[in-house]
Amino acid sequence: MSSHEARFKVWRGDGQGGGLKDFTVEVNDGEVVLDIVHRLQATQAPDLAVRWNCKAGKCGSCSAEINGRPRLMCMTRMSVFDPGETVTITPLRAFPVVRDLVTDVGFNYRKAREIPAFVPPPGLGPGEYRMFQEDVDRPQEFRKCIECFLCQNTCHVVRDHEDNKQAFAGPRYLMRVAELDMHPLDAAARAGLDRGRTAQDEHGLGYCNITKCCTEVCPEGIRITDNALIPLKERAVDRKYDPLVWLGSKIRRRSGA
Amino acid sequence: MSVVDRQEWDVVVVGAGGAGLRAAIEAREGGARTAVICKSLFGKAHTVMAEGGIAAAMANANEHDNWQVHFRDTMRGGKFLNQWRMAELHAQEAPDRVWELETWGALFDRTKDGRISQRNFGGHEYPRLAHVGDRTGLELIRTLQQKTVALQQQDFAESGDYESRLKVFQECTVTRVLKDGDCVSGVFAYERESGRFLVLEAPAVVIATGGIGKSFKVTSNSWEYTGDGHALALLAGAPLLNMEFVQFHPTGMVWPPSVKGILVTESVRGDGGVLRNSGGERFMFDYVPDVFKDKYAESEEEADRWYEDPDHNRRPPELLPRDEVARAINAEVKAGRGSPHGGVFLDVSTRMPAEVIRRRLPSMYHQFKELADVDITAEAMEVGPTCHYVMGGIAVDSDTAAARGVPGLYAAGEVAGGMHGSNRLGGNSLSDLLVFGRRAGRHAAEYAQGLAYRRPAVDDSQVDTAAAEALRPFSAEAHGGAAGPPENPYTLHQELQQTMNDLVGIIRRESEMEQALHKLAELRVRARRAGVEGHRQFNPGWHLALDLRNMLLVSECVARAALERTESRGGHTREDHPAMDRAWRNVNLLCTLADPSGGLAAADPARGQIRLSRETTAPIRPDLLALFEKEELVKYLAEEELYE
Amino acid sequence: MATGTEPRYDGGGVRGRTRAAIAAPHLRTDRWWLAPAGTAAGLLAFVLYSTWRAFANAHYYAAPYVSPFYSPCLAENCRTMRAGPNADLFGSWWAISPAVIILIFPLGFRLTCYYYRKAYYRAFWASPPACAVAEPHRSYSGETRFPLILQNVHRYFFYAALLVAGVLTYDTVLAFRDPHYRWGHMGLGTLVFLANIVLIWTYTLSCHSCRHIVGGKLKHFSKHPVRYRAWQFVGKLNARHMQLAWASLLSVALADFYVYLVASGVFDDPRFF
Repeated sequence: MSSHEARFKVWRGDGQGGGLKDFTVEVNDGEVVLDIVHRLQATQAPDLAVRWNCKAGKCGSCSAEINGRPRLMCMTRMSVFDPGETVTITPLRAFPVVRDLVTDVGFNYRKAREIPAFVPPPGLGPGEYRMFQEDVDRPQEFRKCIECFLCQNTCHVVRDHEDNKQAFAGPRYLMRVAELDMHPLDAAARAGLDRGRTAQDEHGLGYCNITKCCTEVCPEGIRITDNALIPLKERAVDRKYDPLVWLGSKIRRRSGA
Repeated sequence: MSVVDRQEWDVVVVGAGGAGLRAAIEAREGGARTAVICKSLFGKAHTVMAEGGIAAAMANANEHDNWQVHFRDTMRGGKFLNQWRMAELHAQEAPDRVWELETWGALFDRTKDGRISQRNFGGHEYPRLAHVGDRTGLELIRTLQQKTVALQQQDFAESGDYESRLKVFQECTVTRVLKDGDCVSGVFAYERESGRFLVLEAPAVVIATGGIGKSFKVTSNSWEYTGDGHALALLAGAPLLNMEFVQFHPTGMVWPPSVKGILVTESVRGDGGVLRNSGGERFMFDYVPDVFKDKYAESEEEADRWYEDPDHNRRPPELLPRDEVARAINAEVKAGRGSPHGGVFLDVSTRMPAEVIRRRLPSMYHQFKELADVDITAEAMEVGPTCHYVMGGIAVDSDTAAARGVPGLYAAGEVAGGMHGSNRLGGNSLSDLLVFGRRAGRHAAEYAQGLAYRRPAVDDSQVDTAAAEALRPFSAEAHGGAAGPPENPYTLHQELQQTMNDLVGIIRRESEMEQALHKLAELRVRARRAGVEGHRQFNPGWHLALDLRNMLLVSECVARAALERTESRGGHTREDHPAMDRAWRNVNLLCTLADPSGGLAAADPARGQIRLSRETTAPIRPDLLALFEKEELVKYLAEEELYE
Repeated sequence: MATGTEPRYDGGGVRGRTRAAIAAPHLRTDRWWLAPAGTAAGLLAFVLYSTWRAFANAHYYAAPYVSPFYSPCLAENCRTMRAGPNADLFGSWWAISPAVIILIFPLGFRLTCYYYRKAYYRAFWASPPACAVAEPHRSYSGETRFPLILQNVHRYFFYAALLVAGVLTYDTVLAFRDPHYRWGHMGLGTLVFLANIVLIWTYTLSCHSCRHIVGGKLKHFSKHPVRYRAWQFVGKLNARHMQLAWASLLSVALADFYVYLVASGVFDDPRFF
């Protein structure tokens, strides 16, 4: 097994300020960036703050920016870098920094609370749900989400414009709206909740300019833009802008009256 | 006084994995104001790592399935050491718990007729695991997380405050359960982010902190699994049950070194994957133990036919319970028939088309591709045993999940003992979380409401002691001096992991375990000098120094109990006592704190911190025994148990 | 631990007050600018070419081929194309090139296309220039306001694009004639037209709006098996929407250029039979 010394720059600091610190660390065959951060902790910087859990790309805790790109540290192999290259690790840059590589991701949890939950269909008890695989395929793709918040972090709508955080839920939570809207048994509409409308009116769907960075950084390979955001936009068009739908609803209203 | 925040709640749940969240939801729905405390961010709990599925006898895939069959499988898997009432409740209630998840928005894979699809797993007679690809744990945790949020939305609609009746304290660690006399009065915790202290006063505390895997070097567990709940219960005066039973999952990744131990789901075998040694043989046929001989195929042909026609063929031996498979792999590697990196080969590539593999095992495909440069649709994986689960845990009452001896303390999930006996079947953990999480939440809420007007008081001196204990690592230098230099907590942790892995691992020997106890005593002394740099704000060195106390306590329990039990059974294999002994079938080993005052002064290596005692288990209820054939029972039960 | 090596900024966005103090607007070390630069160059080239050709009002018909830029031809000043896509809807008052009338539709379709939006927002607006590269704008309201809220009319243009594709299909059928309008012949131009129309159709059908209309809007695929299959088919095309967008852009320009070359007499259309 081979190993070499590699140079790193790791952002250290907190809300008061900070900067990139240089480190030289041993790197072994097959290691990922998170291994290096752990080695730093064990040997050079015991108080280096970092979040991580599963180290297998399943929990979405160790999100950071590596050479400027939002990634999971546990899924970024050192072999993708040149041995001579200096690897820069910084915290996520769209969220307030807490310390070192740890940021305050509370924004996401606040947004999660603003999406109305699944509405169970009336009249169906536990065990009586019947759903077909072709109907659950779409929402299942979105439920692969590990909530690493890389999409939320990379989306320029909030990354570059702090003031949009109020109005914009971010790709992860717009995708949650899409998931529920495509859930074969969600009864929100019957309860008087139009999920498509809320996506546009309450969760800021219109801010999305479909530049697809969320899809690019998604470690689960979820096609957020094509399968969730654009279909949501199309659903909004159905309600608001489609001439045929508009005409149809006019006629139906008249004949109903 | 460094306590910043002091709050009153009815029920405090420690841990936000499957069991903790299920308990919290139940307690809140039962009317109790409930607080959940977790070490990580909300929704990151170790439950997300569960891959295969939730075992529940819904009979969607095979109509012959019912709770009695599930109960039988569970008892067999646990080698009849299970707390049988738990196994009974678990088998009976699991289907309802799964269906309930659907009403909260979970989306399981479906059968053709629109029901929940169920897959095969080791030790289960019928396809029984409700699943979502190979990310079932994620679905479970997300559903419970979203149900929690749904309840918070209801509270917001009523009170204008999301957190009025159900609050999650994320990234907080509990270091002590506080008591008023015998009864629980609350918990002492610190916020990881700020380092501030927190006292949550509550008459009922549910411990749902999961397992202990981080005491072992090769493990599938995340950093959180430091045995916190086990240690909290011990320190609060509750006993731990059968801690010698540690499950080594047969298939963890073995290469590259940095991912050694990461889990390869059992679904790989359930869906047709086979194990081969370096000679290309399917060696599992040589390792079917007598008690399972008539249930498993004897030839490759029969085993292969089973996938198509399970009613007329016996199952392939790759689907034996985990302890058997793990030992078999260990033996093959030891005999020099292992793979290049010290494992064996697990192959699906020759058994299923690439497209099917990618659909059914997406995260395994992803994991090997990304982390090991292995394309599992084209080549075999290398796998070996990895520390995965602890069957032992807090001794609880089967029906209420109340910890023995400490009123107000409850435990559910991996941290609770008894349910799985000496070995857990795959898929039974997720159902365990749901069934007993709910029970713990319900009874904790009822207990708390019963004490609404005479809540146990929090003793200030206990709070001060807990605060001093938590701050100790910062003054390690001062304490050091004569006793020795300050110690690096990371080094201590690595030594502990190496010790447990080498000396109390998958195959155990008396001399090694004695050696382990000596090493643990030495580490315990050194851990008192574990020092940290920096300050209290998100300081991982400090967090680890505090977790060391728990890992050392729990490791000692494992080592002492393992030394005591002179037989091999399930997740406890003694090289010097290789056979299962029917006389041990009804013996529980209980660990309690040697110094019941709760102090940890015991630096004396020989004495240690743990006292071990034996108890005889209650006889299995006759109607449950009647579910088994007599010929099978004689293999497990002692004569006198059979004829009572 | 205020190491204080870099002060706090309040440059907004990633250099905002609460964010990790890093002066650089991005730390990417790869050639992130390559994609937007390439996109900008490609789109600019097409815009220049098509502007020239659209206003040239010449060399757009070489029997039996009509340039896709001029089809259907809707003004009186169109050249007569025998059995071709002539329809004098606009009359004689239309004085400039007739291509301008019809090009509005494919132009609108492509301008509001979900792929092209990404492409030009990134390449021309730098909003954002690339992922995790700070954009230069002070404020951003996305597609919530006029004029960008008009992007929602993509579906109207999709309907129109279907009609245009229909006409271009007709033109391709006409290309199976010889210069004397006799049927059953093929030349190199026929192949160019065939390739172009296949790409135009696949690009049009791979449109996100199309995917939505054929099935995406449904909640229960299981109740609409035919539409489900259609949705799956369009979904497969949709995954290649970007490639098809570029390929069809190139092919339509090539088809026009081919007609230009033949019509202006640079060379004769090689006939196969």
